[in-house]
Amino acid sequence: MSKADETKSLQSPNYPLQGRRGFLRKSILASIAATLGTEIVHASKMPIGYIPIGVSMQSNPMEGKNEEMIIRNELPWNVEAKPHLLDDPITPFDKIFIRNNGIMPEEVDAANWTLTIGGESAEQEKTYTIADLKKKFKPYTYQLVLECGGNGRAGFYPPASGNQWEEGAVYCSEWTGVRLKDVLQDVGIKSDAVYIGYYGADKHLNGKPDEVVISRGAPLAKALQDETLIAWALNGKDIPLPHGYPLRLVCGGWPASVSGKWLHKLVLRNQVHDGPKMMGDAYRVPAYPVAPGQKVPDEDMKIIESMPVKSLITYPKSGAIFGLEKKLQVRGKAWAGELEVSSMEVSTDFGATWKKCDLKAPVNRLAWQEWSIELSFPKKGYYEIWAKATDREGTAQPMVIPGWNPKGYLNNACHRIAVKVS
Amino acid sequence: MKDHSTKSSKDQRHLFKGIIKGVIALFILILLITGGILFLTLSNGPTPTLQTINSNNESPTLVSGNGQFVDGKDVETGLVKGDGFELVKANCTSCHSSALILQNRFTREGWKVKIEWMQETQGLWDLGNNESLILDYLAANYAPEAYVGRRAPLKDIEWYELKE
Repeated sequence: MSKADETKSLQSPNYPLQGRRGFLRKSILASIAATLGTEIVHASKMPIGYIPIGVSMQSNPMEGKNEEMIIRNELPWNVEAKPHLLDDPITPFDKIFIRNNGIMPEEVDAANWTLTIGGESAEQEKTYTIADLKKKFKPYTYQLVLECGGNGRAGFYPPASGNQWEEGAVYCSEWTGVRLKDVLQDVGIKSDAVYIGYYGADKHLNGKPDEVVISRGAPLAKALQDETLIAWALNGKDIPLPHGYPLRLVCGGWPASVSGKWLHKLVLRNQVHDGPKMMGDAYRVPAYPVAPGQKVPDEDMKIIESMPVKSLITYPKSGAIFGLEKKLQVRGKAWAGELEVSSMEVSTDFGATWKKCDLKAPVNRLAWQEWSIELSFPKKGYYEIWAKATDREGTAQPMVIPGWNPKGYLNNACHRIAVKVS
Repeated sequence: MKDHSTKSSKDQRHLFKGIIKGVIALFILILLITGGILFLTLSNGPTPTLQTINSNNESPTLVSGNGQFVDGKDVETGLVKGDGFELVKANCTSCHSSALILQNRFTREGWKVKIEWMQETQGLWDLGNNESLILDYLAANYAPEAYVGRRAPLKDIEWYELKE
């Protein structure tokens, strides 16, 4: 059985997306039964205070999601879109990927939710309710690209560990909130501050109540950008729970893990933040090119900052069959982390020749850009359409898989779809 | 081999018959195995796997039993049947979904690194003597597949008539 088959077996036809909660509950209970029934021996080895995760029930993040979304993992939840689902200029909730590291918080009380800002490089520790934030600071709205650092991981060989994302762990939605810099300035930033770190309210998979699941951050310069928000709204509504309700740090253009969900604490640091998943090989790549499969010492790994230039063909869906006379409208999205995309091209001959596409300017900095082109084909047959974006520094997407790295981050190889001219 | 030449011709005939019988038996066995593999491969779609059971019946309770196998896979977790299966199910899926195993491919050494990482950072307990059994299972059933080039041919294309 191939990897693809197994991945497929996790997709929608298998598990009805709606009403997964009941299924999850039953299967978790069955797992506990299996654990206790067949291997009581482990009970003595479980840490004291260990509570099997099945005891706390997760709400169903697939509720309201498009039924074509691909479930990569359901404990923790990891779900991605297919490229053709990302055709909207602003990605609606139902097509947004989910990358959870732990268990989502339950019964969030937004009215009493607080955000505390502190850390060794804060002038003081200060706590805000969401109402305080709305009252005290000016709100801003931006469309921001959030892409999982591991989007495209499935393309690497030797296989890199983690969720085997293909193309769809990316989206560009509209976030509303206050500028992080306005809030940090209200607290007071000491002159030795170099980094910020976030803490969220999610729970660790191992059931230990106080263990931090993920606490990442960004250099102060990124934190102070106009577009870095403490957001309470996604596409004009409360942020849905799987995406961080009721408060989220949003840092567009960087690995989406920098945008901490269920945000309740931020720290100003006088050193690079050292929370879980800032260290080791998490969201880090080798500081120099390495051979596929090469072991890289921790000290040679550097933190991923801006995501690389990339694009998707969002129309047509791969697999289209049409007549020779047809003028095919092709369109998609392009983005380049901190940078703007300056040109967009497609090839129908495996990269031998390229055609320039119409490319729109971004709605705001760090938003993706729409592109389109009309194609006609010389004769009947099988074609692949390849899409290649180039950023304003002249860096283009590679046609093959880019440099291997231990955790399979930053695969920005050209997106390809198949079409048949009949 | 030289020993054979010292044996009587009767013995040699006997031996020859035995070899022929053995070869025929082996041939039949290979035929059966090939047939079996072919059957499993070809029947992957049409047989009532999980997928069809579920699409016919909305209630997933039917398939969430413990220790049921369909097509050699545990219905509940999708893990393949094999030595060490129970240990893997019990130890690995009490914290995270089996999907994390199913979608990854590592050598025995690679899987060991993952276990150590979970023990160092994620609160996984000491697996004791079971660790090597678990690693045997993972290395046997979830090993890296043969490489197909810097970019594989596009696969799983669902062809459709473009109407717009």
